[in-house]
Amino acid sequence: MTAWESERRPSIVRVDGDFPGARLTRIWEIEPGFKGWLSSVDHKEIGKRYIITALIFLVLGGLEALVMRFQLAGPDRRVLTPEQYDQLFTMHGVTMIFLYAAPVLSGFSNYLWPLLLGSRDMAFPRLNALSYWVYLAAGLFMYAGFVTGQGPDDGWFNYVPYASRAFSPGINIDVYALGLILLGISTTVGSVNFVVSFLRTRAPGMSINRVPILTWGTLTASVANLLAVPSVSLAFFLLWMDRQFGTHFFGATEGQPLLWQHLFWMFGHPWVYAIVLPAMGMVSDALPTFCRRPLVGYTPVALSTVGTMALGFGVWVHHMFATGLPSLALSFFSGASLIITIPSAVAVFAWTATIWTGRPVIRTAFMFFASMIVLFVIGGVSGVMTASTPVDWQLTQTYFIVAHIHYVLIGINVFPVVGAVYYWFPKMTGRLLDERLGQLNFWTMFVGFNLGFMPMHLLGLMGMPRRIYTYGSGMGWGPMNMVVSLGSLLFAIGVLLLFINIAISLKRGRVAGPDPWGAPTLEWSIPSPPPPYNFAVIPTVESRHPLWEHWLKETPARSRLDEGLLLDRGRETIGTTALDGLPSLILEMPGDTIAPFALACGLAVTFTAALFHAWWIVGLGGAVVTASMVVWFWPQRVHSDMDKANG
Amino acid sequence: MVEAQALGPSLPVGALGRNSVGWLGMLCLIATEASLFAYLLFSYAYFGVRFGPSFLPTQHPSLLLAGPDTVILLMSSVAVWWGEKGASQGRRGRLLAGLGLAIALGVTFLIVQVFEWKAKTFSLTSSAYGSFYFTITGFHMAHVIVGLVILSVVFAWSAAGDFTRRRHEPVVISSAYWHFVDGVWLVVFATFYLAPYLLAAP
Repeated sequence: MTAWESERRPSIVRVDGDFPGARLTRIWEIEPGFKGWLSSVDHKEIGKRYIITALIFLVLGGLEALVMRFQLAGPDRRVLTPEQYDQLFTMHGVTMIFLYAAPVLSGFSNYLWPLLLGSRDMAFPRLNALSYWVYLAAGLFMYAGFVTGQGPDDGWFNYVPYASRAFSPGINIDVYALGLILLGISTTVGSVNFVVSFLRTRAPGMSINRVPILTWGTLTASVANLLAVPSVSLAFFLLWMDRQFGTHFFGATEGQPLLWQHLFWMFGHPWVYAIVLPAMGMVSDALPTFCRRPLVGYTPVALSTVGTMALGFGVWVHHMFATGLPSLALSFFSGASLIITIPSAVAVFAWTATIWTGRPVIRTAFMFFASMIVLFVIGGVSGVMTASTPVDWQLTQTYFIVAHIHYVLIGINVFPVVGAVYYWFPKMTGRLLDERLGQLNFWTMFVGFNLGFMPMHLLGLMGMPRRIYTYGSGMGWGPMNMVVSLGSLLFAIGVLLLFINIAISLKRGRVAGPDPWGAPTLEWSIPSPPPPYNFAVIPTVESRHPLWEHWLKETPARSRLDEGLLLDRGRETIGTTALDGLPSLILEMPGDTIAPFALACGLAVTFTAALFHAWWIVGLGGAVVTASMVVWFWPQRVHSDMDKANG
Repeated sequence: MVEAQALGPSLPVGALGRNSVGWLGMLCLIATEASLFAYLLFSYAYFGVRFGPSFLPTQHPSLLLAGPDTVILLMSSVAVWWGEKGASQGRRGRLLAGLGLAIALGVTFLIVQVFEWKAKTFSLTSSAYGSFYFTITGFHMAHVIVGLVILSVVFAWSAAGDFTRRRHEPVVISSAYWHFVDGVWLVVFATFYLAPYLLAAP
């Protein structure tokens, strides 16, 4: 093998027993030991780490919620002081929105994308590793503040002027500010990876009208993240400057407090879609498997995914209806917020039609996906209500909004994610989750969730404000709050059942085989769990449902899955053209390296030192970051064909 | 060993210049960095609208240093472009000369910027305008410094003979970043130095 060869005609071979898998395993497998574990850039490994870490944060955020519900179960309860309650509801929001909801979807996308797309890894495997390590560092950073009593305590949206130094003198808000900027780096590099992987690493023949909807969802979310995350990172940076260096960005006299809300929600609203669109994509891909028919309306669903996000950039002011903005602005953003229901509803109709016209096989995963449609509609309707300015004036800052956000985020994120665990767990581990326990798991979560969150609508209408740490008995909110608390507890037990099912099934679950569901997409054409190289030969795709072609008979052409390009001279995969998916080059993939881990450590040191104004340590961390990047991008040695410098 | 049944199409191995995934990655980075500057300038404009003319300092900014400095930065972009063209013709001397000249011009820009900062009568904390001026130009300077580090590393790799006529995508990709850093300065410069002359009475 000569490095830097210019052109090659790769062989086309047929998979035959161990060929070419044995050789590819040697090329792709992770080095054993701790260093190999730290250095791995395998997307499957990183995807699993993402999912597990995000689920741990889900548990932490859930426990925080349960403590709050313990306090609110009855009137005048004072287990928590107001200060403790502030930190709890803030960390609950931060954890669920930033450390669970987005990362868990990144985890599924990281794990699934190359398998769905017929590739051997993401476009930037090392960036993938970096994204995970920085996410972990940011999570630990914020939780280090929380466990020492210095956690964020001004709500996840962190409004000024309360978050300014005059009213919040501790380092709590600085922990949040720097932690979220750090997390933004992780989100950004992850998004770059998804965008480029979508454009270049699809199997030959997989034109953009043949990719699974999940990739549309994650692509859309990633593009949005690239454009929106700088807004919140900047807002937090400016706030940190205000707090630490006396600048005048958000102060009440010389600054503009309302600018904070603009910058936060210009990011925040697209972000809401970023944490639901990939989950909706998972439903669009997995639900049809159980309906035994393709998704109804692939093209409208794909287009409305992108359309929802495009409109999603123009609705942020609906979070600010009560801030005294001019009525023209209110009307515009109210109109935009009403219109966005149209693309959002397309998927709902497509899923309903898919179930209606299919022959549904009722399994646990199906239950989670199908119930998600119901919860999405409930959350969507309360969203439409608050899109109307006068209604919002009545309901804003009440528990009605709490109910809305939980129907949206639990309904369109948690339920699909749990469904996705049931659906893809066999692919990841080789074993199926238990169905009977699964049904119990579903019904406990579904009943618990609705019991816990439906009454919040009424509490909101009765005037119960958000974020209060307790309430007087004369308000008459006690009985319904007790119902909410019991429902939350039941929901938590439901989540616990998921983990019990995972623990049992990891060892004793039924062996899945490559395709336990009779599913249509490429990931089910390879063994469970997949080998380190994913595909022994590069598949060639002729339709959206490579594994269903023999009975769908949409076209005479057939995808070729066990015969294709043999790319085995080092870590290689095929690079294809952005639209048509025609082979255009052989991508040389980077090997495992410690550099992403070192870079993330450097960043963590830098941010921690900045928190305490230890500038020389900041410089040290910056040096580690720089050195890691130089090592990372070090070019391969070549015999240069350029003339000498003096020639 | 199973025999190959056929050969696939002849494909280039490894990424080449703008055909590389790294190039697309850089475009994504530039998109997100451009968004960052857009939000910065949006915030500045928001203050301008909310406070009206009293937001700006009474005296218009002097172009004595900033004007020539802008030309210096633009020339460094030309130098990088010229060097990159040399690389694709296999002329390492020209590549090194282009990169070296760009680095020298970039450093000059930074030094002049320091004098420009020192000549200001306001500070980071004296007014909202001062906070914006030093934060936004500071953000830009940080990007220049990062760009200079990148160009220096690429210069060293070029000198070590790590690139070929065909494969020198680090040169192509890093020069894109440098062009972005220079381009965004034009927007910052226009906002802080030119707009007051057009929009506000002296």
